[in-house]
Amino acid sequence: MAEESGGLVIKPMDQFRVEALFGGDIAWYTPTNVTLWMALTVLAATLLMVYGARGRALVPSRAQSAAEMTYGFIYKMIEDVAGHDAVRFFPYIFTLFMFVLFANLLGLIPFAFTTTSHIAVTAVLAFTVFFAVTALGFILHGTTFLKLFWVSSAPLALRPVLALIEVISYFVRPVSHSIRLAGAMMAGHAVAKVFAGFAAALGAFFFLPILAVTALYALELLVAVIQAYVFTILTCVYLKDALHPAH
Amino acid sequence: MEGDIVQMGAYIGAGLACLGMGGAGIGVGHVAGNYLAGALRNPSAAAGQTAFLFIGIAFAEALGIFSFLVALLLMFAV
Amino acid sequence: MAESAASGPGMPQLDVTTFSNQIFWLIVALIVLYFIMSRVALPRVASVLADRRGAITADIAAAEEYKQKAHEAEEAFKQAEADARAEAQRIVEAAKAEMQESLNAQIAKADAEISAKSAESEKRIREITANAVSMVSDVSNDVTADILAVFDVKADSKSVASAVKDQLKGDA
Repeated sequence: MAEESGGLVIKPMDQFRVEALFGGDIAWYTPTNVTLWMALTVLAATLLMVYGARGRALVPSRAQSAAEMTYGFIYKMIEDVAGHDAVRFFPYIFTLFMFVLFANLLGLIPFAFTTTSHIAVTAVLAFTVFFAVTALGFILHGTTFLKLFWVSSAPLALRPVLALIEVISYFVRPVSHSIRLAGAMMAGHAVAKVFAGFAAALGAFFFLPILAVTALYALELLVAVIQAYVFTILTCVYLKDALHPAH
Repeated sequence: MEGDIVQMGAYIGAGLACLGMGGAGIGVGHVAGNYLAGALRNPSAAAGQTAFLFIGIAFAEALGIFSFLVALLLMFAV
Repeated sequence: MAESAASGPGMPQLDVTTFSNQIFWLIVALIVLYFIMSRVALPRVASVLADRRGAITADIAAAEEYKQKAHEAEEAFKQAEADARAEAQRIVEAAKAEMQESLNAQIAKADAEISAKSAESEKRIREITANAVSMVSDVSNDVTADILAVFDVKADSKSVASAVKDQLKGDA
């Protein structure tokens, strides 16, 4: 790390540290900042979807409109990408989207803890989807689900090679699915922290990194939403493969 | 002395790993540029393809994030 | 790295000791959020959306009905207008036909009078002409007989009359 370089002490990774809220060691049940920020995430999502939509007005208020637009957005995404029979998984996919979206957005608050920047969290999310989708594929289609890997439109000689590549890419899916989200969140926050450290070190020119951090913050806002969207749409894509495995 | 060399190697490796992000940048730019080119050619079909735009960007970006991850691992975990 | 050993692991993401804690709380959060969403939020939003769609559909149907009614009223108006127009046309036609008829009758009457008068005139002209001709032939006979008497030519009246007649015919 940069500790040797005199006054410039930047610890970009400190913001990701998991700490117990009330001190002491961290056991699996200890309330930590993870607990706090996940609770806030759930609270924020509930606030929008339950409190915001409480009016049930025919002509919606702004919050109700936002809740309805989120609903319609995810609903349409599932229908478009995974087909109409995927709509029965709508509640879980919606939960995923809301959780990731609000975890990303809340993580942008200064001094906040970003739960989705932790690979442990995103890996659980991604592997849940992976195992659920794989199990669903086998339940719905039995062994014909394996035709997903057997590209029948390719020349026969190429098919075993393609099958190998397809199998590998299938198993890389949850890895890339989880690391993409965690990496994007981690990278943005770490870069912001580094720039903020520059501001402390530059003295009179502190405003330059601050401007950079401002621009970066706007980008991060975009990334936070897009990563939530991408996580959800990839879930839909994987779900589509399980529901309609034929190439 | 030995630890310093290891550390030096790790830092050099981290820097090299960052080159991979350039590739991801090219990939994302390629996806977005081709989307734009197609959208300008047939604007009516563009709206239906934004989902594929984001999926393509996500796949291209993931590889850049992998290289970033390798850099981070070399910096902090090796 | 010696340094990371001193100040804990460099990347908190790779600190395996916190994984169980994160995963536990994540699952709790997900389950809570799932139940809030699937039991409360989503049915509520769905019912609101369905209500709105129903209201919009009903409104559109009502609007369609009003449009239909307006259309029907317009049709009726147009029908009435067309009827009135046809009636007026019919009246105009009838008046025109009546006028034409009386005109025709008067023309015919006038024609008949004219032709009767002209026939009478013709008849009288013919009578006058015949009188004139017979008078001319009588006068000619007398004159011829007188001339012949002067020259002492004996001729019976019959041959004189036929000769005069021939002469007159040749002139005529």
